[in-house]
Amino acid sequence: MLELIAVAKSFGKTQVLKPTSLVLEPGKTTVLIGPSGCGKSTILRIMIGLIEPSEGTVKFDGVALTPGNIMLMRRKMGYVIQDGGLFPHLSARDNVGLLARYLGWDKQRVNERLEELAKLTRLPDGALDRFPSQLSGGQRQRLGIMRALMLDPDVLLLDEPMGALDPLVRYDLQEDLRGIFQSLKKTVVLVTHDMGEAGFFGDTVVLLGGGEIVQQGTLADMIHTPANDYVTRFINAQRLPGVEPKEVATS
Amino acid sequence: MRSIVSLTVFPAALLLILASIAAAETPNLPLVRVGSKSSIENVILGEMLTLLADQASGDARHQSALGGTQIVFAALKKGDIDVYIEYTGTLSQEILKGQRVRSDDDIRAALAKLDLVMSQPLGFNNTYALGMKADVAEKMKIQTISDLARVAKSSTDPQFKFGFSDEFLKRGDGWPAVKVLYQFDNVPTGLDHSLAYRGLHSGTLLVTDLYSTDPEIAKYRLKILDDDLACFPEYHAVILYREDLKDRAPQVLQNLLKLEGKIDNSAMMEMNTRVRIDHDRDVNVAGDFLLSKLKIETQSGEEKKWVVIGRDFVRNTTRHLLLVFCSLSAAVTVALPLGIWAYEYPKVTHGILGIVGIIQTIPSMAVLVFMVPLLGLGVKPAIMALFLYSLLPIVRNTYAGLNEIPANLKESAIVLGLSRQARLYLVELPIASRSILAGIKTAAVINVGTATIGGLIGAGGYGEPILTGIRLADVSLLLQGAIPAALLAVVVQGLFELLERLVVPQGLRLARGD
Repeated sequence: MLELIAVAKSFGKTQVLKPTSLVLEPGKTTVLIGPSGCGKSTILRIMIGLIEPSEGTVKFDGVALTPGNIMLMRRKMGYVIQDGGLFPHLSARDNVGLLARYLGWDKQRVNERLEELAKLTRLPDGALDRFPSQLSGGQRQRLGIMRALMLDPDVLLLDEPMGALDPLVRYDLQEDLRGIFQSLKKTVVLVTHDMGEAGFFGDTVVLLGGGEIVQQGTLADMIHTPANDYVTRFINAQRLPGVEPKEVATS
Repeated sequence: MRSIVSLTVFPAALLLILASIAAAETPNLPLVRVGSKSSIENVILGEMLTLLADQASGDARHQSALGGTQIVFAALKKGDIDVYIEYTGTLSQEILKGQRVRSDDDIRAALAKLDLVMSQPLGFNNTYALGMKADVAEKMKIQTISDLARVAKSSTDPQFKFGFSDEFLKRGDGWPAVKVLYQFDNVPTGLDHSLAYRGLHSGTLLVTDLYSTDPEIAKYRLKILDDDLACFPEYHAVILYREDLKDRAPQVLQNLLKLEGKIDNSAMMEMNTRVRIDHDRDVNVAGDFLLSKLKIETQSGEEKKWVVIGRDFVRNTTRHLLLVFCSLSAAVTVALPLGIWAYEYPKVTHGILGIVGIIQTIPSMAVLVFMVPLLGLGVKPAIMALFLYSLLPIVRNTYAGLNEIPANLKESAIVLGLSRQARLYLVELPIASRSILAGIKTAAVINVGTATIGGLIGAGGYGEPILTGIRLADVSLLLQGAIPAALLAVVVQGLFELLERLVVPQGLRLARGD
């Protein structure tokens, strides 16, 4: 599926990602978590080719990503960013169907797929014919997910997809998203800084700090057998209900 | 998706229209083309040449009031006009400057090298002169400039003032020469010519500089002082024509040369007066002269004034629209890709924006003087100049509109797996469309105003009545150009607001709340 082999990234003299290897388990959800600047978004952006790694290789289905093949590879991946990243000049329908229409799907096929995805993401009736500026934040994010799923990609990459939503909207969307991930059996990578969200989604949680992977496993592993003080401090900082803060030396 | 289609089809359609206009623009050249400089006298004489040429050939056209000596002489050399009226002094002091021409024979020899020919003088000498009120001169017993110098030396009168135009004060053959030759020690005041006449009239000035055929000489009853030491160069009017006219239209040339020696200073002054002071049409004044002095009857065509105004309005409007439309279409087809390149390739951004910026700062007169030798007179150099001035707003707005698209939208298009070209046409250009259209609108509105320079080089348009109005101090004529030009700017503005509804995608307008 998708794997990073000793991938590192530097901007000038600053290394934002130390050599990192990671294999995504097919059909499972992997959550990348960590504080700002830990390198979690960099990993996601390297996977979709928005950033070229300074060292190492990204492989998709055994094929290394190169500038020459990245465009076609992207069509096998879905990518969702905060607030959906919808194009303001296109209706919701045209936003979601843009790539399919560009690739020559006929109108009927596009519309059938749109109905299917609208049902899946529980998009309200009529929202498809509005423009992004006429929709709520939650609706825009559902459309962002629809757009990512349009061509039925093998991999879904989400960069803090719920970062801009208020808690109640966020709760509903989290529920719906987990249902979608499980029913479609997609390989999912989700970036967040919220441990609760990580535990809710993640079959595997990858905690990053200072540009490298600090601990990889389940949320329970991190709470009960933290790899080091950094993990403990990160767990404590989340103030998870029912999890007592552990003593660590202050930084 | 409609907006995407219109954005790609738009430049293509414009190119087509442009090509068809260019094809239609190729005119049937008349046999004889007469030119004239932008002075009242030169335009009257241009009309006179045209009437004579038309009588002989039935196929003559007057490219009236083309601008300064530089432009008209360049047009003659290039063959855009066949003939115009020049002055010997201008030929020796300005056009052939540096070739050390002294006599008329020197001038003829120098012109022959350019395949140009100069006729015998028409009669009058439109040179610099010093003038004062006739009654004052008589009272002070002043006939010549030497008399004036003598009286000036002995005078202690504080009212004994000289007021000269700035040009006269600065030119080597003007005041500096007079001062040395006649040994004046007065300190003259520099002032505008039209003010000088009023100064003389009210008595605050005693002496001013004149051209010897100025209509004001008669109007204000001025006396021209005799240049007894022959200080001023002679500016005899001559017919300047291309040598090939002799073979191409011998009867025409023969008819034109009938003017040699026939127009004296007082006749010329009288004609200038009729146009400048009485607002007679120059063609009528020229026709009357030919009839009364040469007994030549020409068709100067008596027409009702409103018929003339109406016909001129239609002609000027059509021409003005042609200038604006062609230059703008060409500018869109060139500037849009330039703006996109500036955005796509950061290495050339500064280069492109810098060059179109520099072009914008070149004065329009300079562009015209540069263009006429290359493209000749008429529509072409005007369209070229307007095209150049339209580039900056379109290039800049295209670049800015694309550049200010939020990074997350650009990335959203990339991660979808769209090609570079698809991203540009499906996402980036539509999002930047409002800014791009605003740039084109700015260019169009500026163009409507700037197109009035067309009047300087025979391209027509509203500039023609405006410039003629300024030349003749005829406000109603000036307004015949200025008002429609202003209205056209408003109409263009309105059209672009309508166009915005078609081109700018609905989603963007909703997002802005309009």
